[in-house]
Amino acid sequence: MNLRELIPQKLQEKFPQVKFKFVDYRGDLSVQFDKEHIINIGRFLKEDPELEFRLCEDVTAIDWAERKNRFTVVYHIFSMKHNFRLRLKVPLIGNEESDYDIDSVTVVWKGANWMERETYDMFGIKFNNHPDLRRMYMPEDFQYYPLRKDFPLMGIPGSLPLPKKE
Amino acid sequence: MGLEARLKSEGFITSTVDAVVAWARENSVWPMPMGISCCAIEMMASGDPRYDIARFGSEVMRFTPRQCDLMIVAGTVTYKMAHVVRKIYDQMPDPKWVIAMGACTSSGGMYRSYNVVQGIDQFLPVDIYLAGCPPRPDNLLNALMQIQNKIGKTKARDFQDKKLPDLTVL
Repeated sequence: MNLRELIPQKLQEKFPQVKFKFVDYRGDLSVQFDKEHIINIGRFLKEDPELEFRLCEDVTAIDWAERKNRFTVVYHIFSMKHNFRLRLKVPLIGNEESDYDIDSVTVVWKGANWMERETYDMFGIKFNNHPDLRRMYMPEDFQYYPLRKDFPLMGIPGSLPLPKKE
Repeated sequence: MGLEARLKSEGFITSTVDAVVAWARENSVWPMPMGISCCAIEMMASGDPRYDIARFGSEVMRFTPRQCDLMIVAGTVTYKMAHVVRKIYDQMPDPKWVIAMGACTSSGGMYRSYNVVQGIDQFLPVDIYLAGCPPRPDNLLNALMQIQNKIGKTKARDFQDKKLPDLTVL
């Protein structure tokens, strides 16, 4: 059976209470659902013997700036058994700083560790229960999140100190 | 050559201490290869037999700053890296010179962005700005010759009152 039909069918069977949205665009399948289910769905996709999405290729986020729900967290996962890529899109409901959080998928895919750190560093999304949620690129005392749309291109003057010239 | 003829007939030459010291310094400029990104590839190429930086007495790339006279900052300097570059510069003994190699180092180049220092002259005294993205090895050799001209004009006592850098501060 074609994986593009199998995945929606299996997910809806296994999680009847979850509201899914499937988009198949030019052969790339995306699944959208709420953030409470990320761990369970992730574990199912990884451990189901017919799917085996063993590899988490990327974790990132989208800042929609003016939308009602500002951030969407995106996971790219890969099944080496089927040579098939799947995109998980999880919108974070709400527009307050406290809404920008989601459970860490490091309990499912260990390799998501640094990708979640990067997403935290660049977008300020907190990953709950992450083993080591520190900044990835920016200095540890940096107070802003550079890939947010309200961050100016040239940064906040004085926020990154330079050594003295002499 | 005139030198051999004079040495043969008279056995000595007269000069000033300043001239001898400057001559020695300008022909043995030991570079600190601060290779941070792609400009470093061109810097390495300038050391190969085709371009041969040894012709100018600068083939001794030292990987400890304590033996260097010239820092070639070759590559994009981010705000995080700036502290490292400065720390290495501070460990070089006086007198010392700096080449800002390439567009990124001189002005931030194409990285007009929050994380790249828009020119290392914000935290280092730069002697030569070298244009190019990246500059060819012969451009680097030209910059080195400019530095040699500059060193040739110095006097030995120019550097005697230099304050030692405070190495306890990052």
